[in-house]
Amino acid sequence: MNTTIMLFLLQDGITNGAIYALLGLALVLVFAVTRVILIPQGEFVTFGALSYAMLATGQVPGTAKLAMAMGVVAFGLDLFEARRSLRPRRVARAFALNIALPAAILALTYGLAGPKTPIAVNIALSLLIVAAIGLFLYRIAFQPIAHTSVLVLLIASVGCHLALQGLGLVFFGAEGLRGPALSNTALTIGPLRFTGQSLAVYGLTVAFIVALWLFFGFTLMGKALRATAVNRLGARLVGIRTTLSGQIAFLLASIIGAISGILIVPITTLYYDTGFLIGLKGFIAAIIGGLVSYPLTAVAALLVGSVEAFSSFYASNFKEVIVFTLILPVLVLRSLAAPAVEEEKD
Amino acid sequence: MNQRTPLIIFALVMAAIPFIPGVPPFWIVLLNNIGLAALVAMGLVLLTGVGGLTSFGQAAFCGFGAYTTAVLTTAYGVSPWLTLPLSLVVSGIAAVLLGIVTVRLSGHYLPLGTIAWGIGLFYLFSKLEFLGRNDGISGIPPLSIGNFRMLDPGTIYFAIWIAVLVSALLTMNLLDSRTGRAIRALRRGHVAGEAFGVQTPRAKLLVFVYAAVLAGLSGWLYAHFQRAANPTPFGAHAGIEYLFIAVVGGAGYVWGAVLGAGIVVILKEILQSYLPYIFGGQSQLETIVFGILLVVLLQLAPTGVWPWLMSRLPIQPGRKMPDASLPLATPVRAQASSAVLLQIEKARKQFGGVIAVNDVSFDVQAREIVALIGPNGAGKSTTFNLITGVLTTTGGTISVLGNKVDNAPPQEVVKLGVARTFQHVKLVPDMTVLENVAIGAHLRGSAGAISSMLRLDRADEAKLLAEAARQIERVGLGDQIDQLAGSLSLGQQRIVEIARALCVDPLLLLLDEPAAGLRHLEKQRLAALLRQLRDGGMSVLLVEHDMGFVMDLADRIVVLDFGTKIAEGTPDAIKTNPDVIKAYLGATA
Amino acid sequence: MSALLSVSDAHVSYGKVEAVRSVSLEVADDEIVTIIGANGAGKTTLLNAIMGVLPLKGATAFAGADMTLLDIEDRVAAGLCLVPEHRELFGTMNVEDNLQLGAFRIPKESAARSFERVYTLFPRLKERRKQLAGTLSGGEQQMLAMGRALMGAPKLLMLDEPSLGLAPIIVADIFRTIGELRAAGVSVLLVEQNAQAALKIADRAYVMELGEFILSGSAKDIASNQRVAASYLGFQHEGASGI
Repeated sequence: MNTTIMLFLLQDGITNGAIYALLGLALVLVFAVTRVILIPQGEFVTFGALSYAMLATGQVPGTAKLAMAMGVVAFGLDLFEARRSLRPRRVARAFALNIALPAAILALTYGLAGPKTPIAVNIALSLLIVAAIGLFLYRIAFQPIAHTSVLVLLIASVGCHLALQGLGLVFFGAEGLRGPALSNTALTIGPLRFTGQSLAVYGLTVAFIVALWLFFGFTLMGKALRATAVNRLGARLVGIRTTLSGQIAFLLASIIGAISGILIVPITTLYYDTGFLIGLKGFIAAIIGGLVSYPLTAVAALLVGSVEAFSSFYASNFKEVIVFTLILPVLVLRSLAAPAVEEEKD
Repeated sequence: MNQRTPLIIFALVMAAIPFIPGVPPFWIVLLNNIGLAALVAMGLVLLTGVGGLTSFGQAAFCGFGAYTTAVLTTAYGVSPWLTLPLSLVVSGIAAVLLGIVTVRLSGHYLPLGTIAWGIGLFYLFSKLEFLGRNDGISGIPPLSIGNFRMLDPGTIYFAIWIAVLVSALLTMNLLDSRTGRAIRALRRGHVAGEAFGVQTPRAKLLVFVYAAVLAGLSGWLYAHFQRAANPTPFGAHAGIEYLFIAVVGGAGYVWGAVLGAGIVVILKEILQSYLPYIFGGQSQLETIVFGILLVVLLQLAPTGVWPWLMSRLPIQPGRKMPDASLPLATPVRAQASSAVLLQIEKARKQFGGVIAVNDVSFDVQAREIVALIGPNGAGKSTTFNLITGVLTTTGGTISVLGNKVDNAPPQEVVKLGVARTFQHVKLVPDMTVLENVAIGAHLRGSAGAISSMLRLDRADEAKLLAEAARQIERVGLGDQIDQLAGSLSLGQQRIVEIARALCVDPLLLLLDEPAAGLRHLEKQRLAALLRQLRDGGMSVLLVEHDMGFVMDLADRIVVLDFGTKIAEGTPDAIKTNPDVIKAYLGATA
Repeated sequence: MSALLSVSDAHVSYGKVEAVRSVSLEVADDEIVTIIGANGAGKTTLLNAIMGVLPLKGATAFAGADMTLLDIEDRVAAGLCLVPEHRELFGTMNVEDNLQLGAFRIPKESAARSFERVYTLFPRLKERRKQLAGTLSGGEQQMLAMGRALMGAPKLLMLDEPSLGLAPIIVADIFRTIGELRAAGVSVLLVEQNAQAALKIADRAYVMELGEFILSGSAKDIASNQRVAASYLGFQHEGASGI
């Protein structure tokens, strides 16, 4: 085998793997805090990427309006839930978060969108939009059923994925989009050329891993999020608002998803349904990491990326088959290592 | 109301539909699709709703069924009727291979794993040359009987719905049997079932394969209905949809699968045909609405439509009470090579660096009540788990009547006549007291899955239920026999566990905190029952914190502290033992 | 006298079943009040409803303010704290993190004081502060549950069956600590099946049967009541209380 080809494949694999790692981290984060297996993570990726790509052409993406609409629904739910005690402060808080915030984002988007808008502004707008969608998605779809089983949450998660993917087609059409590169600088080491884009991918991935580790290990809010994951009632009994924990987790996940999308859309053309597959590969990494370990997830993601790169070179037809069956040996190992004493269920 | 009557009425209605004049042919196509989806969902009811194993990958098994017949009939000219068993076998073998890997996984790993291989298999179907890649295989011959060819939807309708009805009947029979109870106990974890001899990995694999075979049957029918097979209907989204159907209908109910299939298929049809009129030609709108409806439904009715409907029915189906006079043969036990019932010698258990049980030795003689007491974390429950084979020892020997059991699985220990209850009650809350207790008699029956499905197990089954009813009567819960175990108070549930253990016809009864949560009078009744059992020849080893209860009842007491035995003797000796007072009882006991 | 906690005409239902019927109770400052009764009498249900875990029909006031419409989290912030029957610890986190989270709703400076107070009360917890909560023994878990609740500097601590499943000698320890809480300015509402031990440390007591209070009075009067003695103190004379 040719060393140069191998290096190229490895580089390709690591770049993709870093993206999968970001998504895997977000999945682990959301699962740990809310027990939701976040299938719509892929939609956060496409929404982020395609909103950015559309903004780059000077158009206002439909996602901004979706955030507004979801905010209205969330506001309605908040009012309904608090109907017995509609104190002005509570209503004002709900209004600020659910109506004023997405309205401001929508207004900003209309105000700033144009063919000459700087890339940084477009990125910021895309992130804001997707973050709001993530926040409201938790409020609308998951908060009312937060106490149910993992299975029910998983199915709801699938429902969200279907709805959001369908909306993606409405907003962005069936044609794929590409976005402008974040930077055009490049670095050449031996035969390999590192674009600014791929360096940004590596840098952000490492930064997120470190930030999450610090957040969960050393801050009170991070510990509160973990506590919510371990024992919801226990968390409430010490005064932690579990709804807030869930919202923070979804907020982080949607931002991570959108960043991943913005990082890849200059490299590959993304379609409205591409996110699902990308998300699932992050997901395989998350499973390998046991849905608990951040470092293991990151390593697994690099492995998934590399396997994908090599199999697309040697057996391109069976690339997806190989990547998805990668999970089986992992499952075998996990079953062999499964604890002898069962956990208490229900 | 006879249990069969509604089924017969339903079958007659379904048989009559095609003959009603004016029924649009399109309705029949819809009904065919409902039947095909119902078959897959029925497997999921058993797998997910009853057995607690969630699968998103069932569509892939439909693919195995469909492609098997597609390849064999088109490329090799094999008759469709010959490919039916082959399709089922191929799906079944695929399920065994995937199942060996996946059913061992606990919790959420299983559903995640199924999504992954579901997608992997979809890509495999769409890339393999001999399966026609993305285009699939067309020109599949129709089903035919003699010269009668089932070419149009109205004829294959009968094949599909006969398959649905027969499968429903077989599935219900299976659930209402010895094997069925073992399957229904799976969802609550493997320890309880295994303590009464259930081979849980085998039971899990059984439901996994059963569900896959039903999916394979659906796939086979689909191939001959569409006369073509391509990868799309066997992908991840289809797998998700089947699970959705089962959940909508009510994941624990066979008829929920049929109802759910009806609701989802018709809903999708309505959405696909009307939404474009309302919103203009936008595509994929139905997916959006479908997804939103799914989320809304889970918030409003997380247990599904079928149980909701049933609870509103004016007539509730009655239950037959077992005839408690039927005798059940005493189990044949291994030869005793020692007169000592339970002998524990230097038993040791280490978890990592922690020594939970430290070279503990004691014995239990015939007709004796021995109590094991000690502070929390002293190793009492671990000792129970070592005796019953839930945990393996790190050292030492444990023998029952001279037969070494220190590393035997729970299923072997119970065969020697050792039955137990659990500190944290392990009953199946949505099964009746009778059904829960009958699990205790699992090893005293022999009927397997096939004979249960075909109802050849009835004589065996009646005897098991009779025995269960007798033991329920014995512990004084005769009035609650028909209630769901989950509706009883915790104290009563502990008593139900004792009845379940008695169904083993044990020589040695291990009770883990049996008196916790009982009132004064109930404790007295329990003590009287245990004395009566001892006088009848049984021995009891119990862990208990209520010292009044223990001191009054036990013949001998063994005290553990930090995994080590610190004292053994009669209640009076223990009460005044200075070590015991220091470590456990406290100053004034 | 205005009570710290007052509940009047409370009803709690599970679906169609009314588990608590028309119950009224008060806890004053620096008072230990116990509710005794058999398993299934509705004691745990009542405590959970007062905490806001279950919906309660009726009026509840705490520290002079109506709290009928407050969420659990707001009640915690107001100084009401529950140590539930199942303890609800954060099993995969260590003792120190559990305690730190107990102080989630109070300022950082007060949290340091709370740590000191809890470690003085339960020196065992200080020894084990890096150990995971799930690996503690039952007695230590109960101490941690109480310690975690005390971290938030509550005005009223509600304890649900603190002695359940513990060795007699540890039970004695737990009850001694409950007695000490009063001196530290914390009122206690205690639910116990171990009626004898509970009546010994309480000032007042309510007796609950089938969802209703059938008796109330000073702990001494209740302890000497014939009917209570027959129903609840019966078996335990042999030393199960361990005190």
